Amino acid sequence: MRRGKLAGWMGWIAVVSALAGGLGYRMLSADDRSLFLPGETTDAHHQIELACESCHRSPFGGTAVLQNACMDCHGAELERADNAHPKSKFTDPRNAARVAVLDARYCVTCHREHVPARTRPMAVTEPKDFCVHCHRDIAKDRPSHAGLGFDTCASSGCHNFHDDRALYEDFLVEHGHDTTPAKRLNPALTPALAAKGEGDALSAADRDAPPDKVTDTVLREWSETGHARAGVNCTDCHGSGARWTDHPSRESCAQCHEPEEQGFLSGKHGMRLAAGLSPMTPARARLPMKSDALDRELTCNSCHPAHRFDIRHAAVDGCLGCHDDRHSRAFKGSPHHDLWLAEVSGRGQPDSGVSCATCHMPRRVRLRRGTPVTRVEHNQNANLRPNEKMIRGVCMSCHTLRFSIDALADPGLIRNNFSAKPSRHVKSIDMALEREQAHDDKQR
Amino acid sequence: MRTTTKTVMGVLAGLAVAALAACGGSESADVSAKRMADALHAVMQSDRTVYTQKVVNRLANQDGVIVASEHWKDDKALPLPAQMFRMGAEETARNTSGFTYSLQSMWPINKQNAPRTDAEKKGLKYVADHPDKNYYAKEDLGGTTYFTAVYADKAVAPACVACHNHHRDSPRSDFKLGDVMGGVVIRIPES
Repeated sequence: MRRGKLAGWMGWIAVVSALAGGLGYRMLSADDRSLFLPGETTDAHHQIELACESCHRSPFGGTAVLQNACMDCHGAELERADNAHPKSKFTDPRNAARVAVLDARYCVTCHREHVPARTRPMAVTEPKDFCVHCHRDIAKDRPSHAGLGFDTCASSGCHNFHDDRALYEDFLVEHGHDTTPAKRLNPALTPALAAKGEGDALSAADRDAPPDKVTDTVLREWSETGHARAGVNCTDCHGSGARWTDHPSRESCAQCHEPEEQGFLSGKHGMRLAAGLSPMTPARARLPMKSDALDRELTCNSCHPAHRFDIRHAAVDGCLGCHDDRHSRAFKGSPHHDLWLAEVSGRGQPDSGVSCATCHMPRRVRLRRGTPVTRVEHNQNANLRPNEKMIRGVCMSCHTLRFSIDALADPGLIRNNFSAKPSRHVKSIDMALEREQAHDDKQR
Repeated sequence: MRTTTKTVMGVLAGLAVAALAACGGSESADVSAKRMADALHAVMQSDRTVYTQKVVNRLANQDGVIVASEHWKDDKALPLPAQMFRMGAEETARNTSGFTYSLQSMWPINKQNAPRTDAEKKGLKYVADHPDKNYYAKEDLGGTTYFTAVYADKAVAPACVACHNHHRDSPRSDFKLGDVMGGVVIRIPES
């Protein structure tokens, strides 16, 4: 080979090796891999967009690998919601023609990432009228739907692709005539009732922290509140002897509060930690946040700080310390907040107040081996969007189904935090009741 | 060619032919698709009949200790036999790709369960007109060839006709006990 040509080849190999080495290092070892992001991610996943392995668990395997990743985080919630369109609805070969048009067996068919130009609300990347593929003839079975555009199926407050627990026809018929709410909220635990733990209640004198670690403030906050009442002493969280740490980790809380920790990690507050990344901070958020909170790291203590772990503080001011969007700003002064102030001050009945947590991190009473146990849902996303999923578990505790559907379908009310009556009426209940009535008349 | 060579080649050729003839699924070595479908249907039929008669009919209709309801979770009730059947089909689909099955009808309550492919339409019509016969066909769906079998699905209990005759979404109100109400469709992919 002539010298000139050899030099050319050597140069080319050198350039390629340098590029491969540099990019390889960037991908495998460096902290910032944003160079490799093919497009902006959705609001749902932007927090973990640099933890590529969260979704791309293997370079091979294609859609099936992605599907497993989706199901690992979202599968349990879809199961609880009685997913109206699970994969199993589409796997029978009789659906082959439909699946060829829109492969509804896989989440990523309709929820693609990295394509911001075609990403719509609820991270849907298909045109809004996708229902037409399977429900083209709906007007034959439901004459009330004649002339309704297929782009309104899921945006009108009538239907939800995955969670229709509050929207299915028989539920509308059953609750369509309600004039009083179906049920009440679970009893709220006030600080006085908070602790019913494993051990005997402790007093200030029982503390077991090293003497140089105890201050009057810390002692008072601990001894007057839930942990002392539950028999939880200093070393139970901080560690004993040589293992003492001034700043107990999240795992220390999880010794007793594992369901809460799991909920926290499943939602937007803790998903970075669940992906092995640094804690979320308001500075990383896409929602508006208070400017003086930007660098605060989200941990258990962010909402209920040591040593008081005040859950009333957590229910409102814990949220509003960071969140600064229109809905949050409009909360104080809204009718819900007035009720909360009344309950907290003793003027209102127990359970009558509505805090941020009442709606977005509600209390649930579950039976555990026959004993009722109250747990707070720490996945703030479990009662958020799509907001129809809040109807049964939250709204219908105090409001009728009819009112709840109308209120949640009104974007103005979301913005002003329900400070007015709904401005429009969603006709789904009326359609269902009319159909039921027509059937009853025919039977007679 | 020398005689010995011819003999050896003849024997080898004979062995090869015999080996090839033995492969390819004779009745005695492999189960035919038809036998497999019939066997599967026998199991499905029995399981659902047991559920309908010994669980739903007994507890809901005779003893009255629980109801059976389409919205069984919300109503804290028993799933309907057709739902139990469908949930079984979905669970099977999660566990194996060797076959699929579904419940369909020319008079469905949920219109998504109406026949969609030509074989389904012909099969459901055939079993409705010939209740004691089965329908078998080959189908090409999504690039795969299937052996498709359709079996008549009859009203085995009074609850079947009572519900379907009065349901708001049922297109018929004149079913009688023993009538064909639809069909079980089993598909086995040909590898």
